[in-house]
Amino acid sequence: MPRLLPPGTKMPVRQEPATASVTAAVASAVDRHKDRPGALLPILHDVQQALGHVPEDAVPEIAQALNLSRAEVHGVVTFYHDFRSTPPGRVVIKVCRAESCQAVGGDALVAHIKQRLGVDFHGTTADGHFSLEPVYCLGNCALSPALVIGGEIHGRVTPERLDALLQAARGSA
Amino acid sequence: MKRGPIIYVPRDSGALSVGAESVAQAIAAEALLRGIEIQLVRNGSRGMYWLEPLVEVALTPGGRRDGFGPVRRDDVASLFEAGFHTGAATAAGASSHPLALGPVDQIPYLASQQRLTFARVGIVDPVSVADYEAHGGWRGLQAALSLDPMAIVEHVVTSGLRGRGGAAFPTGIKWRTVAGASGPQKYIVANADEGDSGTFSDRMVMEGDPFMLIEGMIIAGLAVGATQGYIYLRSEYPHAHAVLNQAIAAATVKGYLGGNILGSGRDFHLEVRLGAGAYICGEETALLESLEGKRGMVRPKPPLPAIEGLFGRPTVVNNVITLASVPFILGEGGAAYRDYGEGRSRGTLPLQLAGNIKHGGLVERAFGITLRELLYDYGGGSRSGRPIRAVQVGGPLGAYLPAAQFDTPIDYEAFLGIDAMLGHGGIVVFDDTVDMARMARYAMEFCAIESCGKCTPCRIGSTRGVEVVDKIVAGKERAANTALLRDLCDTMVGGSLCALGGMTPYPVLSALNHFPEDFAKS
Repeated sequence: MPRLLPPGTKMPVRQEPATASVTAAVASAVDRHKDRPGALLPILHDVQQALGHVPEDAVPEIAQALNLSRAEVHGVVTFYHDFRSTPPGRVVIKVCRAESCQAVGGDALVAHIKQRLGVDFHGTTADGHFSLEPVYCLGNCALSPALVIGGEIHGRVTPERLDALLQAARGSA
Repeated sequence: MKRGPIIYVPRDSGALSVGAESVAQAIAAEALLRGIEIQLVRNGSRGMYWLEPLVEVALTPGGRRDGFGPVRRDDVASLFEAGFHTGAATAAGASSHPLALGPVDQIPYLASQQRLTFARVGIVDPVSVADYEAHGGWRGLQAALSLDPMAIVEHVVTSGLRGRGGAAFPTGIKWRTVAGASGPQKYIVANADEGDSGTFSDRMVMEGDPFMLIEGMIIAGLAVGATQGYIYLRSEYPHAHAVLNQAIAAATVKGYLGGNILGSGRDFHLEVRLGAGAYICGEETALLESLEGKRGMVRPKPPLPAIEGLFGRPTVVNNVITLASVPFILGEGGAAYRDYGEGRSRGTLPLQLAGNIKHGGLVERAFGITLRELLYDYGGGSRSGRPIRAVQVGGPLGAYLPAAQFDTPIDYEAFLGIDAMLGHGGIVVFDDTVDMARMARYAMEFCAIESCGKCTPCRIGSTRGVEVVDKIVAGKERAANTALLRDLCDTMVGGSLCALGGMTPYPVLSALNHFPEDFAKS
């Protein structure tokens, strides 16, 4: 039988202290949202906006600020596809995998982009330039197939057009 | 005083996806270069996406709007050259520009529609309160402010409006339940987590006429006694997010939102909250969990959200189109809306033509139009030019229908009668190159990816479903595995907590029933 800790005992914190940039990003997000009901998602969005991801060492800080357990915050971070715990490449590409895009060559486009980048979904190219993510509908279904490159949406994307877009994104980032 | 022709270039994300931003910039630059004064307005989309970017020109405010499209950046100089800003480019004869479409509202695709909800979308400047007012906006709210709450609810009951998100529950009954519930705080939640593939009507409203959604939510608040509203918006819609925030700020300045709205003594506060890429959060109870800052796990019902919803308080959760239909209903009366449609499907439905379709876009028509009319009269057949073999209606949980069922009218009960559903009105078209066994497998795979994990039939059943489809396609004990797949679907339909697990079998079984040959190729 495991020994129970006496009430009030502080659990040892295993993580290294958060880096200054993480602490600052969390503090600023918490400051903006902590008085709103259901503040966790807005806070996570802001942290990811600031840092590109939600680092593991942000989790205990957010938990403490909202009086939640680390497990609760970790649970939320890992539930939603948007939140990532590792930094993305400089340009994130989100390709739609849903039915409407499949109906007009979406699968071939996905295969083409994987081949061009040399990574699978959720992967980042070795040079840290591109991260590839699937997305399930961008609401651009009358102009399928659709994808987002660096926050810009593109419709009726052919493999040729994709190559041109990749070229442009490689140059700009 | 602004002068010069008014040139409209959509800010709708569909139009942006095919270059509207660079066209707008090119038009502004070209006008400057030529010393021509113009007024550039960034409108929503008319919903004729094959013509996007669709540029419109009106020589005078409120005057005839001539269309040009699809316009590329490189076409801009030639448009000025042809005098598109003076009306010369649309005059008959040699000077007419090849992209000239004539008066936009006379294009048959648009002219034959019955746009009650989409009346202003693509026409107005989406973030101009004055434009909204000038085009009949706020009339529903004015009417609602003069009525007592139960009279507002009765208008909605009379209209026959049913939930446009897919469940088709009578909106008036839901409102009546929340109005009758007691509590220190009630909420109005707009479900803007439009995740179904093939659907974009919510997005078009939010990007093209956001005040209509805001007005509908205020009216709902007055009807049920709620003072706080949330729009739960999917993160995949950043442009809608920007427009909504601009519109909320503008409406607040004008006194339509906030404390003591229009001096009525009533309050209504509104805020947009972003989702984070989870399809399941379109399910209303998962959405509420997410709004509360938790994992988007489905809640068992009862209690209904109308009784115990957001933060345990009585809550109206309605889809964007449902709420956007309300200003018309209050402005014109419930009976005026009910007069459209047939049977128990009253009013109009904004249908969305998507996938492999020549003329993809938004078609708002009264219930009763057939699928065939939509696919061929509006859609013009497949984009590839090949025969249409199957359509999926109602998103990833909707059935696949073969050509033999294309005469089914758009009607909730007619669709139930063929084991299908209208859902949110999305129609995804596939030509004869589609592999329906692959689509059935994808339906199970999607369910596995997006399952919240709360109930077993959905969480485990979807993964087993992928495996069983693979075995059938590979020819391993095909008869036995087909029986197993049907049995699994039966368990998912009967045993799942919500529509994700409960309706994933619809695309799977419809593919199996209507296109069995695709499962027996090897």
